[in-house]
Amino acid sequence: MEIFLQQVVSGLATGGIYGSVALALVMIYQATDVVNFAQGEMAMFSTYLAWSMLNAGVPYWAAFFATLAVAFVCGVVIERVVIRPVENAPVLTIVIVCIGLLVILNSVAGWIYSYIQKPFPSPFPEKPITIGNIFFGAHDLGALGVTLLVLLLLYVFFRYTTLGLAMRAAAQNPVSSRLCGIRVGWMLALGWGLAALVGAVAGLMIAPIVFLDPTMMSGILIYAFASATLGGFTSPGGAVLGGLLVGVIENLVGTYVKFIGTELKLTVALAMILVVLLVRPSGLFGRVAVHRV
Amino acid sequence: MVRTAGEIRFDAQQIAGRPTEDIVRLGIAHVPEGRGTFTQLTVEENLRLGAYARRDTGALARDFARIYDYFPVLGERRRQIAGSLSGGEQQMLAVARALMLRPRLLLLDEPSLGLAPLVVREIFRIVRAINREERVSVLLVEQNVATALDLADHAYLLETGRVVVSGPSAELRRDDAIRRSYLGY
Repeated sequence: MEIFLQQVVSGLATGGIYGSVALALVMIYQATDVVNFAQGEMAMFSTYLAWSMLNAGVPYWAAFFATLAVAFVCGVVIERVVIRPVENAPVLTIVIVCIGLLVILNSVAGWIYSYIQKPFPSPFPEKPITIGNIFFGAHDLGALGVTLLVLLLLYVFFRYTTLGLAMRAAAQNPVSSRLCGIRVGWMLALGWGLAALVGAVAGLMIAPIVFLDPTMMSGILIYAFASATLGGFTSPGGAVLGGLLVGVIENLVGTYVKFIGTELKLTVALAMILVVLLVRPSGLFGRVAVHRV
Repeated sequence: MVRTAGEIRFDAQQIAGRPTEDIVRLGIAHVPEGRGTFTQLTVEENLRLGAYARRDTGALARDFARIYDYFPVLGERRRQIAGSLSGGEQQMLAVARALMLRPRLLLLDEPSLGLAPLVVREIFRIVRAINREERVSVLLVEQNVATALDLADHAYLLETGRVVVSGPSAELRRDDAIRRSYLGY
């Protein structure tokens, strides 16, 4: 029983991280109908920026918020410069552009910072918290808290602000949005900016666990896809919950199904994507668009 | 549509070729054919979007009240997802959304399309009231000739993209050729 609970707890910890990357994926998908394969590398690059600032002696939280600001601006610029020209192209073209972005960001990071793993500090204390015989890593708990806080802020932003409403409108119905006077192009760019920001938060929370290197996001991105698919690509809350579920399932299957162990864990994520797409393509909390005419 | 010749002016300003978002800010509200409803947003959110381009956001509460006065059914359903409304209600929502801009000119593209005659009559009654009481100019494109002529002060008859007759609605109504071809009596 103790092993079970411990596995669930550490599953929730990694799941929170999957959830935060999934949240960034869902943001862009919601705002622009694009699945951004470069999301992980954008987050990785942001984390390197934070690392540079920390190395230059900037205090952690100053570097944290500066990184988010830079990530936001870079997200907007990437949309304007790279995605805008192919905005109306077929989905396949946009996917290829995103994959190109992934490869470029990965190589540039390797070129600037080398492929050697670097330790990355956590803002949370090192001492684990114990309740009974179960260990909670302070960083794991902190990271989960940060993810939930980001989710709450996004919810408030999209639900209650006029700008958030305009962004939702622009994603759903660009033509009508223009007729309301909404500058749709800028809303899409803002969507990329916000997603880059959320991704940067994820990167900063992941790096202390997996160490910083240019490929640190490749496995996590697949888990994030599984999370977003499971929770539903149209539901930010679902994506985070999907992340937690994926984290727990992955851990439990790894512990109790002997032949899977740690080597085949990633396969579990892929199997989950497949099963969800076959059984319930809209995910647990996704909306199926219903129209009445 | 591609402009091949001529110009489009509003309030002495050239507006052809300008971005839609800027034209809206001049006070032109367009109710597109097919209504352009944000089907996944609530009725109230649809109306808030209608007022997006306005700067005088202080007057919004009063405008919501005024809209719900014209369209009581929208008031009853303001928390409902717009996609769940009936066709007629969605058409009302489209007109209401346009009015939230407090436009100087309201463009209506075939508002009767696909609606039951009773609903059409109701919508035209409200458009008339808006035109008279709110002093909003209305440019209506409509295939339902009899109803359109009842509503309009001035009418243009288009055939394959060219104006063939124009004049006060009352005069067009009396024109024998129009009566036979379009009004059917």
